[in-house]
Parts: sequence; C-alpha cells; structure tokens
Amino acid sequence: MTAALEVRGLTVGYPGRPVLRGIDLTVAGGVTAVVGPSGCGKTTLLRTIAGFHAPDSGTISIAGRDVAGPGRAIPARSRGLGFVPQEGALFPHLSVAANVAFGLPRGERRSLERARELLAMVDLPVELLDRYPRDLSGGQQQRVALARALAPRPALVLLDEPFSSLDAGLREGTGRAVVAALRSAGASALIVTHDQGEALSLADQVAVMIEGRFLQVSSPAQVYLAPADPRVASFIGHATLLPGVATTRAAATCALGALPLSKAVAPGPVQIAVRAEQVQVHRAGGLGVEGVVEDVSFYGHDAAATVRLHGGERIAARIPATGVPEAGVRVRVEVLGEVVAFSTAPTRTAETELPAGAGSKVWEATP
Amino acid sequence: MSLMPLGYVLVTTAQLGVGEAAAFLWRPRVGELLWNTVRLLVAGVTCCLLIGLAGAWVVERTDLRGRGWWHALMCAPLAVPAFVNGYGWVSTTHAVQSFSGAVMVTTLSYFPFVYLPTVAAMRRLDPAVEEVATSLGHGPWRVFWWVTLPAISPAVLGGALLVGLHLLAEYGALQLLNYPTLTTAILQQYATVFNGPAATLLALVLVLFCLLLLLVEHVLRGRRPLARVGSGTSRAAVRMPLGRHRHTVALGLGLLAVWSLAVPLVSLVRWLVKGTSAGIDVAELSGAIGTTLGLGAAGGLLATVTAVPVVWLAVRHRSALSTFVERSVYTASAMPGIVIGLALVTISIRVVPSLYQTVVVLLVGYTVLFLPRAVVSLRGTVELIPASLDDVARSLGCRGSEVMRRVTLPLALPGLAAATALVALAVSTELTATLLLAPTGTDTLATKFWSEASSVAYGAAAPYALALVILSVPATWLLGRLSTPGDRIEGAR
Repeated sequence: MTAALEVRGLTVGYPGRPVLRGIDLTVAGGVTAVVGPSGCGKTTLLRTIAGFHAPDSGTISIAGRDVAGPGRAIPARSRGLGFVPQEGALFPHLSVAANVAFGLPRGERRSLERARELLAMVDLPVELLDRYPRDLSGGQQQRVALARALAPRPALVLLDEPFSSLDAGLREGTGRAVVAALRSAGASALIVTHDQGEALSLADQVAVMIEGRFLQVSSPAQVYLAPADPRVASFIGHATLLPGVATTRAAATCALGALPLSKAVAPGPVQIAVRAEQVQVHRAGGLGVEGVVEDVSFYGHDAAATVRLHGGERIAARIPATGVPEAGVRVRVEVLGEVVAFSTAPTRTAETELPAGAGSKVWEATP
Repeated sequence: MSLMPLGYVLVTTAQLGVGEAAAFLWRPRVGELLWNTVRLLVAGVTCCLLIGLAGAWVVERTDLRGRGWWHALMCAPLAVPAFVNGYGWVSTTHAVQSFSGAVMVTTLSYFPFVYLPTVAAMRRLDPAVEEVATSLGHGPWRVFWWVTLPAISPAVLGGALLVGLHLLAEYGALQLLNYPTLTTAILQQYATVFNGPAATLLALVLVLFCLLLLLVEHVLRGRRPLARVGSGTSRAAVRMPLGRHRHTVALGLGLLAVWSLAVPLVSLVRWLVKGTSAGIDVAELSGAIGTTLGLGAAGGLLATVTAVPVVWLAVRHRSALSTFVERSVYTASAMPGIVIGLALVTISIRVVPSLYQTVVVLLVGYTVLFLPRAVVSLRGTVELIPASLDDVARSLGCRGSEVMRRVTLPLALPGLAAATALVALAVSTELTATLLLAPTGTDTLATKFWSEASSVAYGAAAPYALALVILSVPATWLLGRLSTPGDRIEGAR
C-alpha cells in the first residue's frame, strides 16, 4: 500500500530565515501528530504540504502522487487533501449544509445526502444542516470544518492546531470525535499541535519538531518512555535534565544518587532525564537525597512541586494530592524506576543514536 | 489614473517655465488669496476641533440624557451640503459675508468630520486605561489630556485633515459668502479666460497646500504604537455625572443644533414657500432629480468596481506595487474637485477630444474624486474576511476566480453596497467638478441649484436645495451608524 504522505528532505525558508531544515516524514496511515513548541515550524510544514507555501528543496507525495519536487508544483486546489485550519474557518455566509458541500462537484452540491452522511460521521445532529456557523459552538464548528474537509473523500487531512481555540472541557471530547471520524472515513491525518497531551492521546505516530527538525518520529509510548534526545524528554515528558556520569553501561550517578538506566549508554559524562512522576517526595527522614521544597502548584488531583537540592539543582516532581508539602519544608527525594541517559561525550557513540551535534550541548534542568 | 491630476498640474507648470510662473504668483492679489485661505484653514480647523472634541466627549463620556438623539443631531449637519448651508445663511443675513461669517458657516458644516471619528475612537478605547490613570492619582482633566487624547489622536487628526482638505476644496459656500480663496479664484479664472495658465498656477499652489496638510498630519501622527495591548473584552466606560451643569451642557448642544441645522433649514423652507407661490417648474426639477440619481448610480458602481482590485491587492497581496497603488488613490483624496476637473478638461481636450463634454469624462472625474471613499468603505469589510477562508476554499479545489465568486464577494457584499451608496450620494451633491465637467445641458440638482442661487434667485433655488438635503440624509444616517460600533457584522467566531 502506498503511504498517504511521504516527505523527503524538505527545506523551507523565508528570505534570510530557514524554517524547516530537512524534514523526512512518512505517514503510512492513521493519525500522525506533529508536536513542538510554538515557532518551531510545524505550521509552515503543514502549509507547505497543503500547497500554500513553496518549498526550497525536497519532495512531497500524497497517496503516491508527487505534488512538490524539482520542477514540479501542483497547486493547492489540485492536491486533493482536506485542510482544517485553526478555529475551523467555516464560511460565515453559508449554512452548515453548504459549507460541507463546498468542495463537492457542482452536481452533488444540491443533494443533502452526502452532507447528512458526513454530519453523522462527525457525530453531529442532522438538524444543524440549516444552521449558520455563528449559531454553532466552537466544538461543533470544528467538527463541521472536518466534515467539510472529508466531503470530497481525500486520502489525507491536514489539521492545524484544531483544538487550541476550544475550552479545556470541550477539547478532549472534540479530539476523540475528530479522530473517530477520520478513522471511519478511512482518511489519514496529520495534526499539528503544541499540546503534548493531545499528541500522545490522539495519535498513532508522534513527530517531535524542534527548531525546524524532527528529533524523533515514533509511537506515543516510545516518544514518552524512550526519548531519543534530551530536548524530546524535557518537552514531551516535562523531564528534569541533570548532568551525571555513567559508571557502567546500565547505571549512572548524579545529584539524585545512583540510578539504573533503561537504555545502555557508553560510560562517561551523560545527561540524565528524570520525569516528574518518577520523583517521590518524602517528609524528612526517609530514603533519598535531601532538599528543600521551593514552590508548589496545587491542581486538585495532584500537585507539581520544585525541590531544590543542596547543589542548587531544581527537580520537578508530581505529588499525590494527599501528601502535598508546603514550600520551605525540608524533604527527601527518591527516583522510582529506570531513567534515560544521553551521552554527552564529545565523540558520537553508536548507542546514543543522536543527531549530529545534539548530544554535545549541555542542557539546564528545567524548573 | 488617480495620479493624473497631480501630474497634470506639475507638467503644465513645468511647460510654463519658472520665470513666468514666479512673475504671476508674485502679485498682491495672489498674496491676498493665500492669506484668506490660510486664515480660513487655521480658524476653521481649530473651531471644528474644539466643537467636535467637546461634542464627542459630552455624548460619549457624560451622563447627558438622550445621547442617541444628540448623536444624531451632531451628525445631521453632514446632510446639509456646505453650499446649501451657505445659501441658508446668506439668504437670511448678509452679515455672514465676512471672514468670521465664512469661518462660522464652514465650521457648522464640517465639525461632524471631527466629531464622528472621535466618537468612534472614544467608544473603542478601553476604559480600563483611563481607570488605571485615575487610580494612579490623576484628575479627570489630566487623564483626558495625557491618556484619552493621545489614544484617540489618530482619529482626531484624521478628522482635522478631512476638515482642512474640505476647506481648501470648498467652492460653493465660500463663493456665496463672497469670501475669495484659492479655489474660488481658480473657478473665476476658468470662467473668464477658460483655461489660462493662471488657473493652473493657482491649482498648483492649492495642490501644494493639500500635500502640506497630508505631511503635517503624517508627522503629527508619528509612529507611536496605539493599539490595545492584550485581549479580552473592554467594558463600557463609566460616564461622568454632569450634575448641576447638565442643563448648561444641554443648552449648549441645543444652540449648536439650532445654529447648524435650524437656521439653514428654516431659511430654506421660507424661500420654498416664497418660491412656490410663483410655481415650481416640476419638469425641470424631476429632470434634474433623474439626472442626479442616474449619475449617482453610475458613479457609485464605477468607483466601487474600480475599488475592488485596489482593496484586494492591498489586503491580500501586500507588495511595493500594491502599497503604491493604494497610496496614490489616497493622494487623490487630497486633490480638490476643481483640480481634478481642470486636469480632466485639459487632458480630454488634448488626448481624446471625442470624449470632451461627454458623460464619460464626468464619470471618470467622479471615480478619481470618490475612489478613496469606496476603497476605505470596502477595505473595512474585506479586512474582516480571514485569509484562512481562502486557503480552505483552495484546498477544496477552487481556483482564484472561484474563490472570489463563492467566498470573497458574497462576504464583502455589505461593504460593496455601502461603498456604492456612499459614492452615489457624494456624487449627487458634488458641485465643483460637476460644474467643470458636465456636458452642456446636463443639469444635476447641484448645478441647477447653483445657477439659481448664484444669481440670487433664492426662491427658485430652494426646491433643489431641499432635494439635495433629502438625498444626503441616508448617507448621513449610514455614517452615523458606522461610527458607533456595537452591532458589527459577526464572523464565524
């Protein structure tokens, strides 16, 4: 089966400012999420695939058809993909039915059959067909926008931060409904988001982009549990990065003591990523390393705390709601389970599989 | 085409030669005209600023009762074309045929140009900024001077610029008031020696004045960032209680309304009654109404159709070229109707003599003159259309022309209608360029009125004046509505 989307060596820039620096991505099927901090270039990638922006070099093919490459540029209107921009962008002067039917051939626009079918697919009541976009809630607008994109039966749908404008309560339900509709329509999708939780929960494949490059493209669990780069660990898992030394291939010491490693690493200087939920905080007198609670944010179901060690390192911890310490209290911190280490030795080693240059940089602990 | 008038003035002057031009301009008569123009400009703009600002503040920021009605009354003078206003006053008392009379009549006609944008800006202003200033210990005057005024200054300056340009271009009212300025002198020159170099040279001076005004406004406006920082909805401002001054303020506004509306209208009705006793020539009146409406509709459509590509380029495809096109359109808004008229007369005689004295040239003149209004009105609507709608339409298989037909034009329809209406109404009451460009025998309400009023046939002029006022009411109502946002067109979100 041909991949829904195949991107090879894509570079895109504005004059004097490179944005994408060599992107490779294959979307075989299902939902792929491109996640990264704002300004990393993920929206530019989407707009380039959609055909609103011309690449400097590289190739793009959609469902086996080359749409951009050397001497080749298929205009956006002929790429045959669905596009759902931020906030949906429904046509305000058209009813829901006319919005959904917008991309259908002239003859099919009149019949409401396809529009009904699509509303059912995105789990909206048929009564909405005569309504206008201003009468819909944000979540409903987003679903209608997806129905409109799915109407011409595209092989691939591009969604640009589709849920960022929705209230937190609506976001999850709309996200699930959108993914379910994509699956039942048999379309592959590329979702751009800056929300790690959204990417991990909705996608089959997560591509982490930082500064115009993909640092890792793999399954949500892989990206979270086995980050390929310290930046992936700190962005996706809110991990604290600590300098340390790998004493053997399977253990390393750092300010939090000797820790077992989940992945073998060459002995020598390393960067250790400790995820917040791995950090246990005990009242003074238990196991672990001593520190002082610097600040606490209470969320209800749990709390996030920053603990300052004697050496000045700040460790992020997730604490169950029942045992939240106050700021200023002396505590002991302990790490549960194995941690991920990245070699920071100047020579590149086979085990770390880091992109060139990425491992040599020293990363500060995130608060 | 918008740069044609400017080019015409410069080229003709260059052909004349510097020596001859200087010799002509260096005369006491020209000096007198300059002095008249400058002092009218300064006094008129100052009075309009004072009345417009004070009126806007009272209507928008105090607890005055019946604010909706006062707002309507403050906009209403726009429905009385300045030359009709001048006629109303002159036919009541000849005491207004003086400098102070000219300042008074033009101020009463033009202060809404300051009032309208100022009211709109005050309403948009986030009152939280003023509240913060008050909480930091500033009194109401200091808050107004240091916080409110700087924030609304672009609107106030824009209004003052508009008043200035209108004062420079005004012909009818000043001629009736017997107050000679550059513009009235140009038309006199034109009438006596057709198209001598004198008219062109005076036009050059006039154009320089207009450009100078544009420059002054640009410099005063500066580059200060004035946009609101942060998001969220701003609340309505807390209104200042007038207390025991309430009646004084209401009386002041009432006097202003009487002065600006009642005097010209009562005098108009008086002459109407006197004039109709002799009988109205219904055929001539209805003929003039027909011509006026026809020219208005044609001019409105032509200007709007021309504005579409200008606005489209300016909003969606910003580039050096589109900025240049847009700016040159705005330059034309500073060109008085008389200069545009002169330029088109000369160019049509020299280049396409077959078109001279035809409706085509007249319509071209209207388009050049009023294109800026159409552009401004249309631009406001097109800017509200998110670019993402274009993207979606293209991803759903539309080519450019289809995007235009199925998405952009339907959404811009209110703007298109407003632009056409505004230009049509402006055309209906236009006097100066029409006098120069209208083919012989083509009489509009404005030119018919003018030929009667300027020969002191006040009674015969009255029906035309009344028709002009009635025609101007809808445009005035539209402008008054637009200046008070609140029920704006709602987008998808």
